[in-house]
Amino acid sequence: MTASSAPGFADRLRAFYLRSDAAKGYALLSPVMITMVVLLAAPLVMLILYSFWTQSGLSVDTTLTTARYQEVLGKQSYHDIFWRTIGTSSLVTLVTVGLAYPMAYYVAFGVKKYKFVWLILLTIPFWTSYLLRAFSWKVILGFNGVINSGLISAGLITEPLEFLLYNQSAVVITLAHAYAAFAILPIYVSLEKIDRTLLEAAADLGDSAWARFWRITFPLSLPGVLGAAVLIFVPTTGDYVTPQLVGGPTGQMIAYSIQVLFLKINDWPLGAALAMSAMAAVGILVVLFVTAMQLAVRQIR
Amino acid sequence: MTKPIRAAKRMGDPGGLLGLFAIAYLLFLYIPVLFLPVFSFNDSIFVAFPLKGFTTKWYEQAFADDDMLRALTASLQVGAVASIVATILGLLGAKAVTRYQMPGQSLVTGTIMLPLFIPEIILGIALLILINALSIPLSLFSIAIGHIMLCTPFAMAVLTSRLDGFDKSLEEASMDLGETPWMTFWRVTFPLVLPGIVSSMLLSFIVSFDEFLLSFFLQGQQPTLPVFIWSQLRFPNKLPSVLALGAVILIVSCLLVVLAEWVRQLGTDERKVGVA
Amino acid sequence: MADNIIRIENVTKQFAGGVKAVDNANFNIERGEFFSLLGPSGCGKTTLLRMIAGFEFPTNGEIYIDGQPSALIPSYKRPTNMVFQSYAIFPHLNVFDNIAYGLRKDRLSNRELTRRVNEALEMIKLTGFGSRRGDQLSGGQRQRVALARALIKRPKVLLLDEPLGALDKKLREEMQIELRQLQREVGITFVFVTHDQEEALSMSDRIAVMGKGVVLQIAGPKDLYEAPNSVEVASFIGNINLIDATVRAINGGEATLEGPGFGQFKAPAIDGLKAGQKITAAIRPEKLSLTASRPSGTHVEGTIKASAYLGDRSHFHVHIKGRETPLSVAAQNVDRAMTTGFDPARAVYVSWDPRSLILLKS
Ligand SMILES: Nc1ncnc2c1ncn2[C@@H]1O[C@H](COP(=O)(O)OP(=O)(O)O)[C@@H](O)[C@H]1O
Ligand SMILES: [Mg+2]
Repeated sequence: MTASSAPGFADRLRAFYLRSDAAKGYALLSPVMITMVVLLAAPLVMLILYSFWTQSGLSVDTTLTTARYQEVLGKQSYHDIFWRTIGTSSLVTLVTVGLAYPMAYYVAFGVKKYKFVWLILLTIPFWTSYLLRAFSWKVILGFNGVINSGLISAGLITEPLEFLLYNQSAVVITLAHAYAAFAILPIYVSLEKIDRTLLEAAADLGDSAWARFWRITFPLSLPGVLGAAVLIFVPTTGDYVTPQLVGGPTGQMIAYSIQVLFLKINDWPLGAALAMSAMAAVGILVVLFVTAMQLAVRQIR
Repeated sequence: MTKPIRAAKRMGDPGGLLGLFAIAYLLFLYIPVLFLPVFSFNDSIFVAFPLKGFTTKWYEQAFADDDMLRALTASLQVGAVASIVATILGLLGAKAVTRYQMPGQSLVTGTIMLPLFIPEIILGIALLILINALSIPLSLFSIAIGHIMLCTPFAMAVLTSRLDGFDKSLEEASMDLGETPWMTFWRVTFPLVLPGIVSSMLLSFIVSFDEFLLSFFLQGQQPTLPVFIWSQLRFPNKLPSVLALGAVILIVSCLLVVLAEWVRQLGTDERKVGVA
Repeated sequence: MADNIIRIENVTKQFAGGVKAVDNANFNIERGEFFSLLGPSGCGKTTLLRMIAGFEFPTNGEIYIDGQPSALIPSYKRPTNMVFQSYAIFPHLNVFDNIAYGLRKDRLSNRELTRRVNEALEMIKLTGFGSRRGDQLSGGQRQRVALARALIKRPKVLLLDEPLGALDKKLREEMQIELRQLQREVGITFVFVTHDQEEALSMSDRIAVMGKGVVLQIAGPKDLYEAPNSVEVASFIGNINLIDATVRAINGGEATLEGPGFGQFKAPAIDGLKAGQKITAAIRPEKLSLTASRPSGTHVEGTIKASAYLGDRSHFHVHIKGRETPLSVAAQNVDRAMTTGFDPARAVYVSWDPRSLILLKS
């Protein structure tokens, strides 16, 4: 190639590629981007499409209609199970974040040596089998389970306690345990980021330890708390394993209804509409909650 | 009245009570899981106190089961494929976001991280619809596709944090000395990022190996290990061998996590040498 | 015609954010010279160097390396090598392997490779350090390894991006001398980036002064100091006193000017000067002299505002009536009498040779 010859299209393309950071970046990013578009974005769009279609026999009628949504909204049993799901997930979120906050605070402010060990200990459960952790609660809470048999052999009770398993509180306990690691890390990160001199400044201005916590530490850690809350609330609303294992008839959640529509009844459009309605409602609740929390914290002076 | 600030005590130090709480919290985290290994050695078909005596027969039973061994093999295969593919995708993606500035970058990384914020049941049915639309038969292959989607954000996160702060002049120096980008990758980037790659593969493998719901929705004839375990829960007489199997899985997962975290820390100081 | 190893033609680099880091640069670098790019931080020196190296690609223009148009040739195909500001010593390799890095693909015999690396180690006075790891070296040693690693490739041009910036003052001064000596020995063209004007002046054959992406002047150290072509260059290289003046008359090679505090004074004329024109007259502090009694030549009266004793010389700030900024005067302390008597508030005379004044168009 000499400077005088007119550059062809390929040369210009190469020059553009060499000159542009964005082009080089997107070239490297494209495999993962394409994968996620094909395996995540496209399926979600198709899920939305399905919710506007109709199942007729074994095939699907692709005329667009909102009939599935009307069906979902008109059915009282779906309302019931949705609100039970929201109630369960809210309780789980509250319990998990409430327990995780002091724990994260301790690691961030209290632990001086071996912080790394604490963090590993707190993240191991995050990576280990969720199914097995839920399963162990079934073993613990069961009619002949660890607690009942333990209490009986200790002579404290004579009949097994029936209220332990197959209800909403069993679901809440199991989920709170399963999602503990999701809460600690975001809160810990936001606490660890707080500039310690801010606390010294507040102490210098005459704030007591409690006032310092309430006026500085807590508001500054709020992004972590909200992040943790969302990271627990949203996935738990779609949980399938725990209600199946320990929920019994009164502990069922919405994922079960969706699963039945998809794998048993084979009415995918209705299942899609139910899933989309639930997602939308959960999304709205999350936005309302986060906004309300931020407004509330702004009142702290 | 202002109290004097004690210099010896660090600001925000919570004191001993919170330490007790922390210990209690760790116990809450770990004790429930410990019942699996404890009862897996109990010489009784019932999972109940008092303990009846020590036995390893549940382990023998679990590992003599051909269905279990097939499910285990399936899980290992799916995990290997998912962790390798996710790590390659994550490495390229992490390289891109740490090395170049691109318009719309946060939108792209946000999309890649999205699976962490979507209920799995939604991911499950969406993938089922996709697999159906592409007329891919439900099989280990369809499960692997789902797992790749699920593992990629983890791989990307691990590798991004490893590549963050990677001194790009090391790669430039290599090219300056006459190596092509490809050889530069093998002679400079790869050895320096290797701990991150190993850690990403291990963690992706664990995520895939433990994944139940996606496999449940996308399974064909051959279940993976978690799906197999799920199907065994219906039979009370299988409970002890499921306990044994669960205990093994938990312990192996714990070891892999600790190994992954340890490898991830490896050489994080050394990597900075080029920058200093 | 001079033998140009590098020709930079109309080279512009605009980054994605819109920053024009290099704006229409045009100059040549001669074979075998020690060429410096000098300018304040952020003026585009590194960007220009990286375009020569092949890490950045110009938005416009062409770069010829040894006659080859190279603007879009990747770095691994260019006959240039670079010493990075961070040194970029590979942390996973020892010193020997770092230096041998660029030779591995040349498929040399083991003996030849070892011989050349040992020769390089000897050149940088690190014989016996081959098995050390990068993090076991001091800053100066790492700098030498980076140098050896690049020079062993026998490049046509060696590019150095502030290679002495990370070293302490004493070591830096030693390395300046060593680098200059080395360049003479190997005879390779060096393109040296620095923001330190003393460093550039003491080491270079020629210097390009840059400001805000623009190459302002290219000249040898002496010309740059004695005959800057603009206010920017004059004030970036060393200290200088600037006098806003109006041209009153031009008489052959001599101009008569008038400026606040100075009244009428004379200076060597430059091309295209017209009566009534506004212009800046400039004079270096050491070209002004300070006396207690009225001198015979051109002078102004003032009072000392501040003084600093620096051992071999002293610096004074002299307030001139009618002028806002004080005049900066440097005096060599040639005898001990010079060091006494010029206390603050004292009335003094500042005099100069009219030929020392430089006229600068703004
Ligand atoms: N990769 C880049 N993207 C955007 N702007 C850049 C980039 N590199 C350098 N710049 C900008 O270009 C200008 C010149 O930078 P540089 O060449 O590093 O200056 P110098 O080496 O003289 O200090 C600066 O304003 C800098 O911020
Ligand atoms: Mg620079």
